[in-house]
Amino acid sequence: MADISHPMTGRNNDDGTPGFGIYVHWPFCAAKCPYCDFNSHVRQGPNGGGVDQRRYAQAFERELGHMAQLCASETVTSIFFGGGTPSLMEPATVEHILRTIHDLWLVDEQAEITMEANPSSVETERFRAYRATGVNRVSLGVQSLDDAQLKFLGRLHSAEEAKAAIDIARKTFERMSFDLIYARPQQTLAQWRSELEEAIRLSADHLSLYQLTIEQGTPFFDLHRKGKLSIPDAENAAQLYELTQEITASHGLPAYEISNHAKPRQESRHNLTYWRSGDWVGAGPGAHGRLTRADGRYTTANERVPERWLEAVNRSGHGMVEHHALSLEEHGDEMLLMGLRLREGLEVERYSRETGHELDPARISDLTGHGMVEILPNGRLRATAGGWLVLDAVIADLAA
Amino acid sequence: MSTVQTSRDKAPIALSKIRNFSIVAHIDHGKSTLADRLIQICGGLADREMSEQVLDNMEIERERGITIKAQTVRLYYKAKDGDEYVLNLIDTPGHVDFAYEVSRSLSACEGSLLVVDASQGVEAQTLANVYQAIENDHEITTVLNKIDLPAAEPERVKAQIEEVIGLDASDAVEISAKTGLGISDVLETIVNKLPPPHGGDADAPLKALLVDSWYDAYLGVIVLVRIIDGRLKKGQTIRMMGTDAKYPVDRVGVISPKLIDVKSLGPGEIGFITASIKEVADTRVGDTITEDKRPTADPLPGFKPAQPVVFCGLFPVDAADFEDLRSAVGKLRLNDASFSFEMESSAALGFGFRCGFLGLLHLEIIQERLEREFDLDLIATAPSVVYTLKMRDGSEMQLHNPADMPDVMKIDEIHEPWIKATILTPDEYLGPILKLCQDRRGIQTNLTYAGPRAMLEYDLPLNEVVFDFYDRLKSISRGYASFDYQLADYRAGDLVKLSMLVNGDPVDALSMLVHRSAAEARGRQMCEKLKELIPRHMFKIPIQAAIGGNVIARETLSALRKDVTAKCYGGDASRKRKLLDKQKAGKKKMRQFGKVEIPQTAFIEALKMSD
Repeated sequence: MADISHPMTGRNNDDGTPGFGIYVHWPFCAAKCPYCDFNSHVRQGPNGGGVDQRRYAQAFERELGHMAQLCASETVTSIFFGGGTPSLMEPATVEHILRTIHDLWLVDEQAEITMEANPSSVETERFRAYRATGVNRVSLGVQSLDDAQLKFLGRLHSAEEAKAAIDIARKTFERMSFDLIYARPQQTLAQWRSELEEAIRLSADHLSLYQLTIEQGTPFFDLHRKGKLSIPDAENAAQLYELTQEITASHGLPAYEISNHAKPRQESRHNLTYWRSGDWVGAGPGAHGRLTRADGRYTTANERVPERWLEAVNRSGHGMVEHHALSLEEHGDEMLLMGLRLREGLEVERYSRETGHELDPARISDLTGHGMVEILPNGRLRATAGGWLVLDAVIADLAA
Repeated sequence: MSTVQTSRDKAPIALSKIRNFSIVAHIDHGKSTLADRLIQICGGLADREMSEQVLDNMEIERERGITIKAQTVRLYYKAKDGDEYVLNLIDTPGHVDFAYEVSRSLSACEGSLLVVDASQGVEAQTLANVYQAIENDHEITTVLNKIDLPAAEPERVKAQIEEVIGLDASDAVEISAKTGLGISDVLETIVNKLPPPHGGDADAPLKALLVDSWYDAYLGVIVLVRIIDGRLKKGQTIRMMGTDAKYPVDRVGVISPKLIDVKSLGPGEIGFITASIKEVADTRVGDTITEDKRPTADPLPGFKPAQPVVFCGLFPVDAADFEDLRSAVGKLRLNDASFSFEMESSAALGFGFRCGFLGLLHLEIIQERLEREFDLDLIATAPSVVYTLKMRDGSEMQLHNPADMPDVMKIDEIHEPWIKATILTPDEYLGPILKLCQDRRGIQTNLTYAGPRAMLEYDLPLNEVVFDFYDRLKSISRGYASFDYQLADYRAGDLVKLSMLVNGDPVDALSMLVHRSAAEARGRQMCEKLKELIPRHMFKIPIQAAIGGNVIARETLSALRKDVTAKCYGGDASRKRKLLDKQKAGKKKMRQFGKVEIPQTAFIEALKMSD
């Protein structure tokens, strides 16, 4: 692991501060899943694709170097390798990137360094090597514990492999999370209950439980439009959601965010940075970032196509295609969009201070009357359990 | 508009060398294209000045392929007999809503070209317009357009013209305005078949017909005139006999289609004047213009001004735009005296205007112009007709807005306008059309056949027609039926005011007068429609239809059950923010009624009836 001689700063560990994260996007996948609209690309070739990883590692080094000039004084509290499929990265690539980050920034001694991984056996074999580079948390894309469902979701692993991967991950990393997708076609409450309870028995400290959504530009979208794929209606989806809340809470994994559940103090620090509207650097194809500077909060977005990103970085040191300040209204909207997803709620005082705009008390009082939001004793504004179910409407009401 | 002194302004033109004519046709049958060809051939404009359909000035006219405002142009044509002729073309609107404009344009001419699409045949509007030309004693000559289309059937259409209209079509000119085929034959026909103006007396006191007027940003009000007797010259002081207003004439000229000054206009001629007239409203179409110091003894009979028959409320979506709307309707009114407006305030929609229109197309066009030319977002309330209320105390009132309906106990009778409708349709659609008319309280007065086409005549309450009758007719006939109407009379009807309540609050903009027999069905339909159109809220919403305090239909819109984004991480923030922006923009297009937000489109959509 890279040198971490910097003193511990303690930010977001977890003291409620937003923290400062670095997001690294590895855009390659062995195959595209039919529900996924993320920036992922399949490049044919042996063992993880015909990608020259050294060239990408060097490009990450250059781009991170460029980003560091914009925010060098920050202390990094989390690093997240997302994708795509970051577990297709060779350990040497991961190490190169982590070393770069340590060279450029102070990295908190307790920093959470997460990698998303697929639970296939090929990737599992690399877990120890990843651990050795400094990765201390893994998030597995399990998606289901049922072989037929995995096939439907286009996943390349089996339930057996998933359970084995979970087991190895638990032994290899300090912290481990996995994802499940529910509210699948024809899924009953009973089926989901047994799958979720089985998942909880696998002793993850963190679970991301997503309802299947149909995203534009995916094969599922086309099937859905042609009427060949139907997902649960609002009523069924709501019941599945409510059941999820009930089961996870009773097993000590309550939701701390709409779709994320954790044992106490096992929340994803990196994701909390997003939801608390903290700053993060986004590096790699299609990555987004947010950086606060003297004159405002900036949004960055990178070129999505890997080869073009690589070329841009080689040409100009970064792959950003968008880099501009957010208006106060936009910043405020993001604070609402992200902050109300958290069980801890939104810090109203900070919202007013940073946006120069007060939330409309009449709207808050209307929404309180409908049982959608509540003001906590500490002054935070929080969506209720009922409010979470219709959060998009609640946010639109508050933002309008 | 630039002006050049013409070199053609020589001796007065002999009456026998003047032809004043109109073109009458159904929408899309190629009237404007033909007019453009005539202008082009007669050299009114250089090629580079020809934009498609010169005479349709407004963007909307060009886009929709319709003429709203009558346009006029003087053409110089050297005929095969070697003489030069002056041809004055007055291009008239084709749509029934503008029948009034048509009638006054026709009265300035002696002849008409009847243009019929050789593939489509006679349509309801063709009939209505041609009958008006006949009423004005026009010589009518037939032109079959679009002869180049594979679907053209000139012989069948000629037979139809003879059978349905009763005109001899054997010598119809066959043309393609699009390709230019046959245009010179049209010009020869105008010269040879249409009569010159009836002999006026150039030395008699000035007597001229005020045909039209419009506002030009540079020149002020321009008045189109047709001289009957006498001469109209620059510097003369003229008198409008209807209003008794006097004006010194600044300019006299012809439209070619540029404005070209001439020394004077004599009997039979059509031209323009400007005379420091401030507003179009100061000029009464149909008025007689005479010379102040030597007035004519017998003024023309004049026209009855057009009365608005369809009303609706127009409100700005954003209340802050009210002043902009006020100035926009004012500007439109400058050029369109048939459009009326007065301020209105609605509990639900805030401040706006109650506007009167000649018909539904007129309404649609004004609304579109306000939105497009003045960049306003508008909410239009349900179109309604003008009802006459006979009160118990013997008085009478005109009801323009259902929301203003007085206490029913005070009303003795409600009278509503009826129309005489003509529908032409291929006979295969006759069944559903008869049913549609019957459902709309229609009374059949005639049904005849011309070949496979049926001509239906119905008396219908206008109130039933403003509710998407035309859309329904088009849809059940796959677009083949054509429709035209004329206002007939007012008749007493058993009408009730239907109110809509959303979450217990009455929505005044959705209230309407309906026939009692249809109230329950309409109420149920409105409830069902609104249930579809109002998005779910965080609470359930009762939607009710009521007559007075009596609820006759009810639906409940259940509360929003689930609406939440499953995944939202750092990379999603921008996209979700943009979605939120859309949501916010959507909310701005909503109207708040108590705690309920209703999309503005719901006001129009709710009134579109389906089976």
